[in-house]
Amino acid sequence: MVKVLEKVEEQYNIKITFSVESEPLGTAGPLALARDILGKDDSPFFVLNADVTCAYPFKQLIEFHKSHGNEGTILVTKVAEPSKYGVIVSQPGSTKIDRFVEKPQTFVGNRINAGLYIFTPKILDRIELRPTSIEQEIFPEMAKAGELHTFELDGFWMDVGQPKDYLSGTCLYLTHLTTIKSNLLTYPEGNSYIYGGNVLIDPTAEVDPSALIGPNVVIGPGAKVGKGVRLQRCVLLANARVKDHAWVQSSILGWNSTVGKWSRVENITVLGDDVTIKDELYVNGASVLPHKSISSSIPSPTIVM
Amino acid sequence: MSVSSKAIILIGGPSKGTRMRPLTLDTPKPLFPIAGRPLIWHHIRALSKVTGITEVFLIGFYEDAVFAPFLKDVSREFKNLSVKYMREYQALGTAGGLYHFRDTILRGTPGQIFVLHADICCSFPLKELQDFHGTHRGLVSMLGVRVPKETASKYGCIVPDTVTKQVLHYVEKPEGFISDLINGGVYLLEAQGFFDAIRVAMVRKSQQEMEDPYSYQDDLLRLEQDVVVPLCDDKKVFVYETLDFWRQIKTAGSALPATALYLHQYRTTNPEMLTKPKPGGPEIVEPVHIDATAQVDPTAKIGPSVSIGPGVVIGAGVRVKESIILDNVTVDKSAIVSNSIIAADCRIGPWARIEGEPLNPTSVVDSPTKETITILANNVTVARDVLVRCCIVLPQKTLTSNWWNEVLL
Repeated sequence: MVKVLEKVEEQYNIKITFSVESEPLGTAGPLALARDILGKDDSPFFVLNADVTCAYPFKQLIEFHKSHGNEGTILVTKVAEPSKYGVIVSQPGSTKIDRFVEKPQTFVGNRINAGLYIFTPKILDRIELRPTSIEQEIFPEMAKAGELHTFELDGFWMDVGQPKDYLSGTCLYLTHLTTIKSNLLTYPEGNSYIYGGNVLIDPTAEVDPSALIGPNVVIGPGAKVGKGVRLQRCVLLANARVKDHAWVQSSILGWNSTVGKWSRVENITVLGDDVTIKDELYVNGASVLPHKSISSSIPSPTIVM
Repeated sequence: MSVSSKAIILIGGPSKGTRMRPLTLDTPKPLFPIAGRPLIWHHIRALSKVTGITEVFLIGFYEDAVFAPFLKDVSREFKNLSVKYMREYQALGTAGGLYHFRDTILRGTPGQIFVLHADICCSFPLKELQDFHGTHRGLVSMLGVRVPKETASKYGCIVPDTVTKQVLHYVEKPEGFISDLINGGVYLLEAQGFFDAIRVAMVRKSQQEMEDPYSYQDDLLRLEQDVVVPLCDDKKVFVYETLDFWRQIKTAGSALPATALYLHQYRTTNPEMLTKPKPGGPEIVEPVHIDATAQVDPTAKIGPSVSIGPGVVIGAGVRVKESIILDNVTVDKSAIVSNSIIAADCRIGPWARIEGEPLNPTSVVDSPTKETITILANNVTVARDVLVRCCIVLPQKTLTSNWWNEVLL
């Protein structure tokens, strides 16, 4: 983790500090643990859940947060089925939060907590150094005090904690990159091996030009893609390897994993670190733990331990 | 000593062979290609090696025109044989058909007659059967094969004298276990004596019908039940047991193992039928038969146990193993075909995957319930990226999404 983030520090010229919980402190406790860092001046700070993805509208969030002058702003997103989530209800005609309704049985609203916040350091006075839930213990108090606002997210949002959602979230993020014409993407124009777009290839990856990649593919650093390979809606993590004429769809290939020649991997297959799928196999919806070698087909979804 | 002999292949008719559907919708089962040649070509090839055989009769109830092109081909290829088709205009049963054509068969008084069922694949150890026939004074020598005990009751079961090889007891498809030595569907007969036995069987059957009219079932006179069984009771049948390969060809799926067995046999009998790896050519895992008019991209990998028919086009990076690909099929780049039968004029899109379960190498019978291989009937189109696994697909279908364990009508 440290090694990866050192690179990120360098790449983006930022400083990353680790605050490590010796025991799990819930979603609010860690803020109290980092009180000295977060509260060293009056400037607001962001809090992000790691397992969500969206277009991250930080600039607008800061501007909005400063404009209302209260302690906190929660990024909210609209969902189709609010009954599965905690719904946020605002005061009429205001962004101020009135109340939280957990898994509502009748329709009270369709905006839910997107897991991204911006707080003024004053919030730290509300949090003790003990396991605490920010959603259940801190936010209701702040709402009651009229110190908590919502800021509506424009565009996509996805909880990417599950492999299925991770792939959906990846597609949404790639679409976002296409929309903003990001130069991180490789576009179909002028690249005959790209099909349908939304393809992100690390500059250190090697892709044979006879392969057909896309749509919605991420190829990580050092990954190798052989001749006649077909990739769709999948993520190849660092140094993953897909050998000639293999076919991968809706799957996550872990670090240093290998898919053999003429093998077909699909349906939310997840390969752990250093997994090998031998040649000519069919792998359908397998979750394969690290360092395993698969030498016969897996025709229906299975966990391989 | 060589005795003048003739041979008969019992090929049945269109109402038979329904278990080979959908492959036999267009091609009659006896002509279905196994290892690049029609099923009964292998019978005729084996017969052509036996000294003394000059005439081969195919007896069945298909239309005459069905066999005309095949007869032309074999008469060109096997110049020492005259091969004729004799059509039963009504189903007479396997022995009834023989008897109906007795004048033609017995013309020139052949000493011995080989009778071969069409629906088997084996090494046809006819010379060995002939030598064995000379060691006893019986009327019939039959080919015996050992099969796994649990499958034996699907066949005619033989209990022989362990020393003399005389058949002591024979039961066609018994209800319980009798013996794991079964009738392989290949006979060598004393011509005159055997036809006398058929006549006796006919008389016996009509007498039974007169005595017990309600037992009447049909007019068919069956070779095994009506003729061979009584001859066994008369101690006139002997069994020659072969240890070579043998397999029944009942369902379409059995064309795959039969192809594998014959391709293997080609190494000794017909090496010219096999495609050898060549520098600059496709990667070949032997044994493989590729018709001379097929085009295979040099980056493809073919084999083992693959037969590729005339006019087939195999694209770049294609993988084919344990499969039969019939005339004019196209397989586009990076597609994979395994444990499947692809009938004529099918089109397989790029990155498509057509597959069945790997075959059980020791089994001699087909799985009766579940199709484990994939069969595409004529003129099926499979779109790019599509997976077809363990399916039977009927003619003219276009598949644009994945399918498994289905019969697609």
